[in-house]
Amino acid sequence: MSHTLTNITLKIWRQDGPDGQGRFETHQIPQISDEASFLEMLDILNERLIEEGREAIVFDHDCREGICGTCSLMIDGQAHGPQQGAATCQLHMRTFSSGDEIVIEPWRATAFPIIKDLMVSRAPLDRIVESGGFITAPTGGAPDANLIPIPKPVSDAAMDNAACIGCGACVAACPNGAASLFTSAKLTHLNLLPQGQAERYKRAEAMVETMEDHFGSCTNHGECSSACPKEISIDAIAIMNTDYRKSKTKNRRALSRR
Amino acid sequence: MTLNLDSKVPEGPMADKWSSYVADQKLVNPSNKRKFKIIVVGTGLAGASAAASFGELGYEVESFTFHDSPRRAHSIAAQGGINAAKNYQGDGDSIHRLFYDTVKGGDFRSREANVHRLAEVSVDIIDQMVAQGVPFAREYGGLLDNRSFGGAQVSRTFYARGQTGQQLLLGAYQQLSRQIGLGNVKLWNRIEMVDVVNIDGRCAGIVTRDLMTGEVRSHAAHAVVLATGGYGNAFYLSTNAMACNATAAWRAHRRGAGFANPSYTQIHPTCIPQADEFQSKLTLMSESLRNDGRIWVPKDPDETRKAADVPEDERDYYLERIYPSFGNLAPRDVSSRAAKRAVDAGQGVGPLKNGVYLDFADAINRLGVNVIKERYGNLFDMYERITGENPYEMPMRIYPASHYTMGGLWVDYELQTTIPGLFAAGEANFSDHGANRLGASALMQGLSDGYFVLPYTIAPYLSELLNKPIPDETHEAFAAAEEEARDRYQGYLEIGGTKTPDHFHRELGKIIWDYCGMDRSQVGLEKALAEIPALHEEFKKDLRVTGDGASLNQTLEKAARVDDFFELGILMCKDALIREESCGGHFRSEHQTDEGEAMRNDDDFAHVTAWEWSGDPSNPIENREPLVYEVVEFATRSYK
Amino acid sequence: MTETLSRGPVTGTAVKAPAKKKPFVFDLYSTAVGKKYVMAITGLIGLGFVITHMIGNLKMYLGVVTESDGERAYDIDIYGEFLRELAVPLLPRTYLLWGLRLVLIAAVALHIHAAIGLTSINRHARAVKYQSARDYQIANFASRSMRWTGSIVAIFLVWHLADLTWGFVLPDHVVGAAYYNIDQSLSRIPVAMLYIVGNIALGIHLFHGVWSLFQSLGWNNPRFNAWRRYIAVGSAALIVAGNVSFPVAVMAGVVEYDPAAVTHPVGEENE
Repeated sequence: MSHTLTNITLKIWRQDGPDGQGRFETHQIPQISDEASFLEMLDILNERLIEEGREAIVFDHDCREGICGTCSLMIDGQAHGPQQGAATCQLHMRTFSSGDEIVIEPWRATAFPIIKDLMVSRAPLDRIVESGGFITAPTGGAPDANLIPIPKPVSDAAMDNAACIGCGACVAACPNGAASLFTSAKLTHLNLLPQGQAERYKRAEAMVETMEDHFGSCTNHGECSSACPKEISIDAIAIMNTDYRKSKTKNRRALSRR
Repeated sequence: MTLNLDSKVPEGPMADKWSSYVADQKLVNPSNKRKFKIIVVGTGLAGASAAASFGELGYEVESFTFHDSPRRAHSIAAQGGINAAKNYQGDGDSIHRLFYDTVKGGDFRSREANVHRLAEVSVDIIDQMVAQGVPFAREYGGLLDNRSFGGAQVSRTFYARGQTGQQLLLGAYQQLSRQIGLGNVKLWNRIEMVDVVNIDGRCAGIVTRDLMTGEVRSHAAHAVVLATGGYGNAFYLSTNAMACNATAAWRAHRRGAGFANPSYTQIHPTCIPQADEFQSKLTLMSESLRNDGRIWVPKDPDETRKAADVPEDERDYYLERIYPSFGNLAPRDVSSRAAKRAVDAGQGVGPLKNGVYLDFADAINRLGVNVIKERYGNLFDMYERITGENPYEMPMRIYPASHYTMGGLWVDYELQTTIPGLFAAGEANFSDHGANRLGASALMQGLSDGYFVLPYTIAPYLSELLNKPIPDETHEAFAAAEEEARDRYQGYLEIGGTKTPDHFHRELGKIIWDYCGMDRSQVGLEKALAEIPALHEEFKKDLRVTGDGASLNQTLEKAARVDDFFELGILMCKDALIREESCGGHFRSEHQTDEGEAMRNDDDFAHVTAWEWSGDPSNPIENREPLVYEVVEFATRSYK
Repeated sequence: MTETLSRGPVTGTAVKAPAKKKPFVFDLYSTAVGKKYVMAITGLIGLGFVITHMIGNLKMYLGVVTESDGERAYDIDIYGEFLRELAVPLLPRTYLLWGLRLVLIAAVALHIHAAIGLTSINRHARAVKYQSARDYQIANFASRSMRWTGSIVAIFLVWHLADLTWGFVLPDHVVGAAYYNIDQSLSRIPVAMLYIVGNIALGIHLFHGVWSLFQSLGWNNPRFNAWRRYIAVGSAALIVAGNVSFPVAVMAGVVEYDPAAVTHPVGEENE
C-alpha cells in the first residue's frame, strides 16, 4: 500500500542555455507519495515553480514507460538513477526514503552539449546510425519473410541487442564518455542476422569510425552495461571489436575485387 | 456541406481495386522526382517509412520531428504485434479474412476499399521489415512465430517480444537514417509544426517553431504529409506519451482539412489502474497478455481477501461467461466496457477498487513459469516496476485507458485530406479502423500508409504540378501565418494568470473522460459542451506561462498544445452527441440492447462525419461521406 | 571532438570523401579501437614476459646446484647464462636474448604510446566533468586506476633496470651474478618495500588488464566468458605472490648469498 515520503531535498542542476554558467539549485519536497514516479515528482515541483512565477526545470521525457529513450538524468551519480535495468521514467519514489537528499545532474559528455537545465543533445547517436546502422533494403521487392530461416538463438541474441532505446545512458555512465555499447548493440543486432551479412564489415567500419569522431574509447569498465535500462551486455563490444578489425582487411579485399 | 468528400475509390471488384489503381495511376518520371519537394511531419512508423520511401524514390524530402531524434516517436511504445495475412500457421487466414475481421472489428464504420488495401499490403510489410532486420520472434525451426490477438480467430500477429513497435520503428528509423546519411532526406529535429499554409487552393507548406530557439519560420513544398499521430492525450490520462498532441492535425483542420469521426476513440482494456490523482500517464500492458491471462473480479463487492484466497466459485470470469467463443480475447471496446461495468458495480479490485484481475495462475500451472517468462517476461517486469507487485505471484490489476484514436483527418483513397496537397498518414488520419481498431492493426496501418500506399498515391497529385512554379517562403501567406504563430505563442506568455498548462489539461481531460469516455450520454455530452468552452475561457484568462519564447520552454510548448486540445475536445463531444448510435469505441448509453451491448443504427449513421472548421469551435460544420459496402454485409458485431 | 548545437536540417552525414588508405596496421592504430588492440597485444606480451620472469626468479629458491662438471653454482645464475646462450650456435651468444628484449621494449613503448593517446581521447570526450559525486556500479578500483598503476609500474620498471640490470643504483652490482645482486639489493629495507609496492601495482594493473584484453581483442564466447575473470584474478595473484615473495625471502634470510657454497664466488677474480 502506498506511503508518503517526507522532506526530500533535491539538488538540481540549472543552466540557462548551452553557453550559460550552470549551478545547483536546492528545492524541498515536503511530501510525496511513494507511488509517484520520479518524473511525476519533478512535474509537481515544476507546477509549483510556475505558480510561484519561476521558470520550470527543463528535462527530457516522453513515453514514461521506459521505451522511447528520451529521458535521461544523472541521479545521485548514477545514470537513470539507482534502479537497475530501468530508465529514469520507470523509477518510483518508493526507491527513496524520507529525508533523502537527491542530486540531479544532466548527462555530461562533450558529444552531449547541454541545451538547458537537465536537457542535453544526443544527436551524435543518430549520426552513428546514419553512417551504417541499417540494412539496405529499399521499399518493395523484399523476398518472402520466411525464405531465410533464422535459428531462434540467433534471432533472440539479435533481439537482445536490438532492445537498445538509444537513451545515451552508456555514454553518460562511462568514465570515458564512450558510446561503444550503443554502437556495438546496433552492430551486433544487424551483424548477427543473415540479412545483415552483405554490409556487415562496411557497417562495422563506418559506424565505429563515426562513433570515434564524437566519443571516447572503451576501457572495459562495464559501467555502460550496468547503467543500461535494457541491460545490454558488453559482450556486444567484443563482437564490435572483432568485426571492426576484420573490416579493415575484408573491406579492402572486397574493394580489390572490383 | 461544403467539403468535397469524394473518396476516389477505384472502380472494379474489391480484390482488384488496389492493383488496378497501382497499374493505372499517373507516375512521376525518375528524373523529374527530384524536382518535387515533399515535407513529412512526424517520424513515427508512418512518417519515417514515408520519408524513407520518398527519399529512395528520389524526391527531395524534408522530415520534421519535435523530438530530439526520429526514433523517439510514440510508435515505439506499441508492445503486442503487427497483423499480416500471411497464413504461416495454416489456420485459414487470408487477405479476405483479415479484411473482413478489420471491417467487422471497426463495427462497419470504415471504408471498405481502404481496409482491403491494408489487408493486401500487410503481407508485404512483414517481408519488408524482415528484410530490414527486424528480429521478429521465431520458432525453433527458424521460421516466424505468430500469436493470436483480440478480435481474430486465427494467429496472424507477428511480434518481437513485447517490443514490436520499438523494433518496427527502429526498422523504419534506420531506413530513414540511411536516407539522411545519403543526403536524400533533410532532417529537422526539435522543430514543431505549428501551422499549415494554403495558397491558391493547395497546401503550399508549413510553419514551424524551433523548440530550442523559439524561431518561427516557413517551409514551402509541393506536398505535405502529416504523420503526427492521434489525439488520445485529449483525455490527459492516456497511454500516449507526454508530448503526443493534436496540434498539427488541428491546425490543418483550422486551415480547411476535414476532421473525421473525432468521437471514435479507443479505450484499451489492459492498462495499469491509476494509483493516485497526480499521475501523469497510464501504462499499457500489451493486449497479448489476454492470450494466457484470465480476467475476473470477485463476485462479492465487499471481498477483502487476497486474490489467491478467493475460491474459484466466488470469482466472476465475466468475459468467459458473457462471450464464450472469444472469452478473454473479446475485442477491446467490448472488454473495456465489461470491465467498466464490473468496477461500476463495486466489484473493482486494488486499493482504489479501480481495476479487475488479469490472472496468470492457470497459465503458469499449465505451461510453467519459464514459458510465461519467455512470452511476457518484460511485461511482467514492467508491471512489477510500476506497481511494486509481483505478477507471477499475484494477479495483475488492469483497467481500461485511452489508447488510440480512430478518428482523425479525413482522407480519400489516396490519403489526401480535403486540402489538395496535404496528406495524412497513420493514426493522424481516420481511414482504416472505423469505430474500433483491432489489436496489432495500428502498426500495420502506419507502415502500410508510409511504405506501400503514399509512395504510390502521392504521384498523381505531384504529376499535375510538374514544371509549374510553386510559391516559396517569401509569399505573403507564409509571412502572415508566421506572424499569427508568433502572436499566438507570445500571447500565452502575456496572459500572466495563476494556473499552469498542466492544470488546465488535467481539468479538461477529466471532463472529456467523464462525459466522452467509455460511456457517453446526451446529458453528459451536453454538459461537457457547456463546461469545456467555459474552461477554455478561463484558460485564456488565467493561464500562467513562465520563462521566455526565445529559449527552450516546455511550459510554453505545452500551453499551445493544451489550447488545441480544448477546441478538439469540443469537437469530440459534438461528434459523439450527434452520432445517435453505439458503434465500436463510441458507446451511447441511450443506444444499447437489454444486455448492455452496443446498438448500431445502420440506417441513419452508416457514414463518416467529417467536420469543417467554421471559425467558431463550438459551431463546426457537419459533412458526411456515406459508407457503401460492396462486399461485407452489415451484421451485428457479436463475439459471443 | 567538439560538439556544437547547430540548428537547421541534418543531411548527407554519411557522405564523406574516401580517406586515403594507410597500410592496414597504421590504419587500425589510428583509431581508438585499434589502439585498444595494441594495448591488448602488447599487454599480452608483457604478461608473458612477467610470468616467465617470475618463473625464472623462482629458481633462486633452488639455491646451489652441482653441475655435471662438478662446479657448484646458484641455479638462477645458470639460468641467466642459459638465457644469454639461447639459440647458440644457430645465433651468436645473446643475439636472441637481445631480439626478445627489443620486442619487449617495443611492446612497452607501444603500450605507453597507445595509453597516452587513449587517455587524451577520453579526457576530451568529457571535457566538463560531473559536478556531483559519481556512484560507480561495476567499474572497480583496478579499472579506474589503470593510469596510476601503469605509471607506478613504469617508474618501478626503470628503477628495477637501474638496480638489477645496469646497477646504477646498486653500488655492489656485479654483472651476471643474479643471486648475489638480488641479495645485495633487497637486503635494503626501503628497496624491498619499493619492490613490494611495484608488484602490487602490477597485480592491480593485471587484474583489470588481463580481463580487459579479452574484450579488446574480441575474444568473447559464452562458453569461456566466466573464465576470463578467473584467468585475470589467477594471473594477477600468481604474479603478486611470486614476485612479492622474493623481497620477503631476502629479508627473512631464506635467500642469502653464501660465497662458500659456490665454486666461483663473486669477487674471486679481484682477490
